[in-house]
Amino acid sequence: MAGPLIVVRDVVNRFGEQVVHDGVSFEVQPGEIFGIVGGSGSGKSVLLKTMLGLRRPDSGTVVLEGRDITAMGEQELREVKRRYGVTFQHGALFTSLTVAENVTLPLAEAMDLDEAVYRRLVELRLRMVGLPLEAAAKYPAQLSGGMIKRAALARALALDPSILFLDEPTAGLDPIAAAAFDELVLYLRDTLRLTIVMVTHDLDTLMRTCDRVAVLVDRKVIVDTLEGVVRNDHPWIRHYFHGARARSMVSRPEDPRGA
Amino acid sequence: MVDAPALEQALAELRVAPAAALTVRLARANLHDIGPAWLLHETLAGLRSRGAGVTIEGPVPEHFTYFDELLARDAGTWAPAGPPTAQERLAAAGRAVESRLRSWYEALVYGGRLVESAATAWRSVKRLRIPSIVRHMHETGVQAIPVVAVIAMLISVISAYIGAQQLRPFGAEIFTVDLVAIGVLRELGVLLTAIMVAGRTGSAYAAELGVMKLNDEVDALESMGMNPYEVLVLPRVVALVLVLPLLTIVADATGLIGGAFLTSYLLDLPWSQFVARLDAAIAPTTFWAGLVKAPVFGLLIALTGTLRGLQVRESSRELGRLTTVAVVQSIFLVIFADALFAIFFLEIDF
Repeated sequence: MAGPLIVVRDVVNRFGEQVVHDGVSFEVQPGEIFGIVGGSGSGKSVLLKTMLGLRRPDSGTVVLEGRDITAMGEQELREVKRRYGVTFQHGALFTSLTVAENVTLPLAEAMDLDEAVYRRLVELRLRMVGLPLEAAAKYPAQLSGGMIKRAALARALALDPSILFLDEPTAGLDPIAAAAFDELVLYLRDTLRLTIVMVTHDLDTLMRTCDRVAVLVDRKVIVDTLEGVVRNDHPWIRHYFHGARARSMVSRPEDPRGA
Repeated sequence: MVDAPALEQALAELRVAPAAALTVRLARANLHDIGPAWLLHETLAGLRSRGAGVTIEGPVPEHFTYFDELLARDAGTWAPAGPPTAQERLAAAGRAVESRLRSWYEALVYGGRLVESAATAWRSVKRLRIPSIVRHMHETGVQAIPVVAVIAMLISVISAYIGAQQLRPFGAEIFTVDLVAIGVLRELGVLLTAIMVAGRTGSAYAAELGVMKLNDEVDALESMGMNPYEVLVLPRVVALVLVLPLLTIVADATGLIGGAFLTSYLLDLPWSQFVARLDAAIAPTTFWAGLVKAPVFGLLIALTGTLRGLQVRESSRELGRLTTVAVVQSIFLVIFADALFAIFFLEIDF
């Protein structure tokens, strides 16, 4: 499909008096990994929920694959929601179901197949996200944090989505597991040509995976390539990319103004 | 993915077909449809392993190389769950017995720690946590007044109505007052209050403590050197032991009012006569025979709710299960204790 896959235009979100987003606009191109960053309370999760159609913005539009999800009825929206996969910050696996049942759930809901076929499709997803097949019969409480994230990704991939939304995919993982997850995300994007939108706090993940970045500051959004954002002069962004924790990984390019 | 069922049907026929030479020509391959591609790949691999010569004409789906890559990686095995063997059944039975025994043991430990906390907490006013007790009394007592009052009134109206109907043929309608008064004061008032509180507060205690357990809040308390039994359990137990008698008095009062209302309406009995008859009907001990049971019921409900809450571990499924267990068990215990009280009162002629 030509043109942007996701168009967010002039989105305003407010809770009572408090305005979270005041005219947020950006576009996501097919096949890119798009990062959303911002301070705590800057409305990253609210923005993600708006893009998922879980929350209707107070004004503005969100267009996914050419269809305006903010002007849709419930029924139509439910159809559209099946076209993308989501992972939540804490996995949000259903605790009463095994990993295999978690992955089967969206499949069984969408189509009627034999048990054996579900099984084969679940096996594919587990292989894709790099989970050992022994994990299939386990319950979420028996899994480590990294495995929960992978299982959640397996469930998100169950219906062959074209867009994948990841909320803090590497939060709470050790650096090795986080790096492995980054590799997995890149690999899936390259092999399946998925479009991925991720909210993240992890500078490593941002550097390694994202093509473009949206920074939520002052109720607005600043969108640029990673290099562009790093060079931005907004005080918060400077702090974010050049603070004590970031300095070790980003060497700031020479100042273009030659100061 | 939407075509998967149709494709699967076609593939199923292919799978059972006699092994022979097969040529696959793919008309179109959708970019995202990795699920159906996997099913095709698996089927073709199965046919190849049975000795069929499979050739793919035209473009090979690009996912196929990805699949070969995936399959080359060792992912372990996913053993299909067969029917349980005798050994597994024995193990399951053993686990069930063990968990039952452990539950008793935990109840014992819980009781011991609670008694220990209670024994030491009396020594200082601060450790009694009066504000916490008051808050729980408000939540479990004051806020429960409307529902308890309405239920008691309705039940006494129902029993007065049925009593009046049954007694009228004998010209003994006046004994409806006895029925209502003794029924409400001795049994119905306290029992219904306890059952309502078990459903309302027993579940709340279990759920509150269970969520705190899941959020590691109980561990956090302990790490700060505080005794969770003293901070969390004791105020709840004390509050409910104090509150249930008070709620019972409310239930008794509204129950009698309901009875008086119905007898005045149904039997044309003026309220003054109702009171006079009431006076004659009840012994001085009738009211107390109901009320002394209330603190015991409160204790049983609070202990069951808090114990089940603290037993929650690992998952939210446990939380739901143990909350249900808390309610069912506390209602059972209340009724069981009431039966014991009935026998006891009969023996001592109370």
